[in-house]
Amino acid sequence: MEFVDYYKILGVDKKATEVQIKSAYRKLARKHHPDLNPNDKEAHKKFQQINEANEVLSDPEKRKKYDQHGKDWQHADQFEKARNQQGGQGNYDEYGFSGTRGNEDFSDFFSSLFGNSGRSRQTKFRGQDYNAELHVTLTSAYKTHQQTITVNGKNLRITIPAGIENGQVIKLKEHGAPGVNGGPMGDLYITFVIDNNTMFKRDKIDVHTIVKIDLYTAVLGGEITLDTLSGKIKLKVTPEMQNGTKIRLKGKGFPVYKQEGIFGDMFITYEVLLPVNLTERQKELFMELSKLSK
Amino acid sequence: MQEQHLISAEEFCIHHEVEFSFINSLQQFGLIEVKTIEEDRFIDPEKLTDLEKFVRLHYDLDINLEGIEAITYLLLKVKQLQDDISLLKNRLSLYENA
Repeated sequence: MEFVDYYKILGVDKKATEVQIKSAYRKLARKHHPDLNPNDKEAHKKFQQINEANEVLSDPEKRKKYDQHGKDWQHADQFEKARNQQGGQGNYDEYGFSGTRGNEDFSDFFSSLFGNSGRSRQTKFRGQDYNAELHVTLTSAYKTHQQTITVNGKNLRITIPAGIENGQVIKLKEHGAPGVNGGPMGDLYITFVIDNNTMFKRDKIDVHTIVKIDLYTAVLGGEITLDTLSGKIKLKVTPEMQNGTKIRLKGKGFPVYKQEGIFGDMFITYEVLLPVNLTERQKELFMELSKLSK
Repeated sequence: MQEQHLISAEEFCIHHEVEFSFINSLQQFGLIEVKTIEEDRFIDPEKLTDLEKFVRLHYDLDINLEGIEAITYLLLKVKQLQDDISLLKNRLSLYENA
């Protein structure tokens, strides 16, 4: 445990007046206050030091004791014991912004010098919010699933509802940094990044895809097997299907977020493939067809 | 029914030892939204964290309402920039680890 120079922390002289101390505290507090420095652990730590220094130097009784013991602060324990025996404990007028009375965020030096009930006023702060990015494949995003993520060394198992969108942010309440002075924990914000591992193009709840069919199926019609996000389906192709024709498959799109059983649609665009490497016989037949069409 | 999900502005002021005029001023500056139901005024629980922050800034740090308004705007900008940096860092690591 090291001696803490509260005057140095506040940047004031040992002869500083109460007004000068208050002014120095306010100036530093405005600079390092956790509300003004979100997600900045250094500022957080610095603010605790400033708070502690102000706690001591702004209270004439504590300041006197601090000045008396100075670097011989270890003797303060004996002073404290003697005082306790005389029944002098608990005379501090404690009150708190949110009723906080713990001492967990003051240094060991402070506790040693002033005991556990030495603070007169302490504001409690909500912990920092954490931000995380989670990559999910499009096929995973199609179904409600669980995933384990590691946030600040802790494993967290979360349920990702089906239909989560790219860029969507979900908030996990009180999974952020611990609060200061017994304040509530911060929240965890997870931004989802959907990696497309399929041939489908997602447009919110609808999906789009291109289906290649051969010329003969396009002209004569037939049946094709098609991949969808929920598995393979058989689809009838009507005769004389034109290249670029778009059809809608109702309910074969993406699930609507947090609305069980409701799905978007799937749009397929037919791309007719013309035959290549024709045999002589095939060429003859195409010529015949060509003549018939004239 | 809706009242059950709201926080009484009056209770907030008593608990935090702030004057009601402070809530009114924040509302005038557009920093918080206060709902009035049958002459009682309520705060959305989602906005409680923001409101407590404004109380700390004003009463602990002596920052006036104009300052709070500017800080709120700047903090929003900082958050957006931090999010952008985080996103870009993640993208960059994808290329670097590829």
